[in-house]
Amino acid sequence: MNLTLHQLGKHYGAVAALDAVDLEIASGELIALLGPSGSGKTTLLRVIAGLLSPDSGRVLFGERDATGLSLRERNVGFVFQHYALFRHMTVAENIGFGLQSRPRARRPDKATIARRVDELLQLIQLPDLGGRYPEQLSGGQKQRIALARALAIDPSVLLLDEPFGALDAKVRVELRRWLRKLHDQTGQTTLFVTHDQEEALELADRVVVLRNGRIEQVGTPDQIYQAPASPYVFDFIGRGNALDGAVRDGQFLSDDGAARFVAPGVADGPVVAQLRPHDFERIDPQHIDGGDGIPARVLASHLRADRITVKLAVGELAKPFEWDMIDSTDAAPPTVGERVLLRPARAKFYPRAS
Amino acid sequence: MSETAIGETAMNDDPLREPVWVRWTLIALAVGAMALLVVLPLLMVLFAAFGDGFRAWWGSLNEPDARSALSLTLFTVAIVLPINAIFGTMMAWALARFEFRGKRVLLSLIDLPFAVSPVVAGLCLVLLFGSQGWFAEWLAANDIKILFARPGMVLATLFITFPFVVRELIPLMEQQGADEELAARSLGANAWTMFSRVTLPNIKWGLLYGVLLCSARAMGEFGAVSVVSGHIRGLTNTLPLHIEILYNEFDTTGAFAAASLLSGLALVTLVVKFWIESRHGDVLAASHRRIS
Repeated sequence: MNLTLHQLGKHYGAVAALDAVDLEIASGELIALLGPSGSGKTTLLRVIAGLLSPDSGRVLFGERDATGLSLRERNVGFVFQHYALFRHMTVAENIGFGLQSRPRARRPDKATIARRVDELLQLIQLPDLGGRYPEQLSGGQKQRIALARALAIDPSVLLLDEPFGALDAKVRVELRRWLRKLHDQTGQTTLFVTHDQEEALELADRVVVLRNGRIEQVGTPDQIYQAPASPYVFDFIGRGNALDGAVRDGQFLSDDGAARFVAPGVADGPVVAQLRPHDFERIDPQHIDGGDGIPARVLASHLRADRITVKLAVGELAKPFEWDMIDSTDAAPPTVGERVLLRPARAKFYPRAS
Repeated sequence: MSETAIGETAMNDDPLREPVWVRWTLIALAVGAMALLVVLPLLMVLFAAFGDGFRAWWGSLNEPDARSALSLTLFTVAIVLPINAIFGTMMAWALARFEFRGKRVLLSLIDLPFAVSPVVAGLCLVLLFGSQGWFAEWLAANDIKILFARPGMVLATLFITFPFVVRELIPLMEQQGADEELAARSLGANAWTMFSRVTLPNIKWGLLYGVLLCSARAMGEFGAVSVVSGHIRGLTNTLPLHIEILYNEFDTTGAFAAASLLSGLALVTLVVKFWIESRHGDVLAASHRRIS
């Protein structure tokens, strides 16, 4: 079912947890709500679920205004961060709870419920766990059971609060691939909250980046990563290096005058240049042409699993630059204290007040 | 025994471990004090109760006044327990789940019956319902007797025992959180389904534990009940009051026979309490956990 959020607002005293949030979600989309803690992502999810009521604005499920509906009437599948499985019920009883709790007139008979529970156990690939109790399950299993329980009521939307937050790193990666597959299988409109940009970019059809209760950018993972709308998004979505300077005639010159490189198609004026650590090319000092590039001094280099990360002092900047040498086979890591010249292969420029 | 050896090595590493003679002295002192102050008096009660033989013991319990005292005690407990269980659960739920103005004040007020002397609690009832009390005229006009009758004794016992269930459930509910209840609601459960299938099963052992403490206290309550009872034999005497009367009349065997009965009830409560703690400690509030 498609979902429309119109001018949603929620305030705690003077603090805006949500500030005029507008969002259209198409049926069958998988949406990530991404932001640091305090950005309003969980509040937004809870307002959609009906766990919180907004101060202003409307929530529409399809054409139906759901703003005044209670948690119970909305028919959303909500998966809690810590699963909230019913501890004294078996897995099968947990999954069947929603159907079992329907008013008598709409309640399926026992055999139908049992069949539905079996189907869902198959779907989440835990067919033999129906008789277990939650305390006998691992975190990843609990997460899947909670998901099956939410799916059992054929919800109009599926809402997941930090679905992988309580799991260890390896299980987390497995489970998110599994969730993507499950989503492709069921086509259920799904929103999930996360503070992990990698998770959002890998899993979602579209990512909603939030900041202080406002939507900072909405887009596909590609759009978000390749064209961050603001330095905030750029910074949040991955590691970055910031350099203050000005653009004139398609050339960027840093404020201290040391760094210079091309800025094609960028309007004149003061800007901050944002550079990803893997978007640098090292220029052979013998072939420096016209002095273009960022002169830097090596502070340290760290060997990671798939790259070498070099920390660089650039000009008088307090925060060292990070440069990832991905292709470490043909280039030996520079020694500490060595001077290097880097040319940005790609840069994003954001206007700033001078 | 390798296990003991491991246990002992582990314990020898305990930085709090004192020399052997210190430990044994402390343990001996504790056990001695316990024996002298708790076990010995209890044994004396039994000795005195059965001093004239089993027949005498049974005779003084089977006497009408004693029977009526026992039945009044059980009657009071039978009314007080369900009321405390129901209102205690409701109150604990409201206090654990909702934020409202005056919540802290209410939380401290719950402890009032523990803080106030039971005699004072009894006197409060006299002030309200006595012949000079606020409701005196209305009660007289409608021919309702509260003081020196069963309603007064039930009210006094209710007042004294109210905190037990609430005190037990609030920390338990706070510890379990509201997520399961919210999940039940989001899955379409109505309020009653949520309560009966999620809330109640999660708190049942805690509730039973609270009710148990409550019943022990209700049976043994003396002060508050004494003020409002009027000591009418065969009518408004509970077991503790009955014991006092017999004792004052130098009927030692009778007094101690009744006392042994009360101690027996207390012992049963203690055993059940211990059983709940050891079997279901994990679903009691953290302060009562006794996982062996």
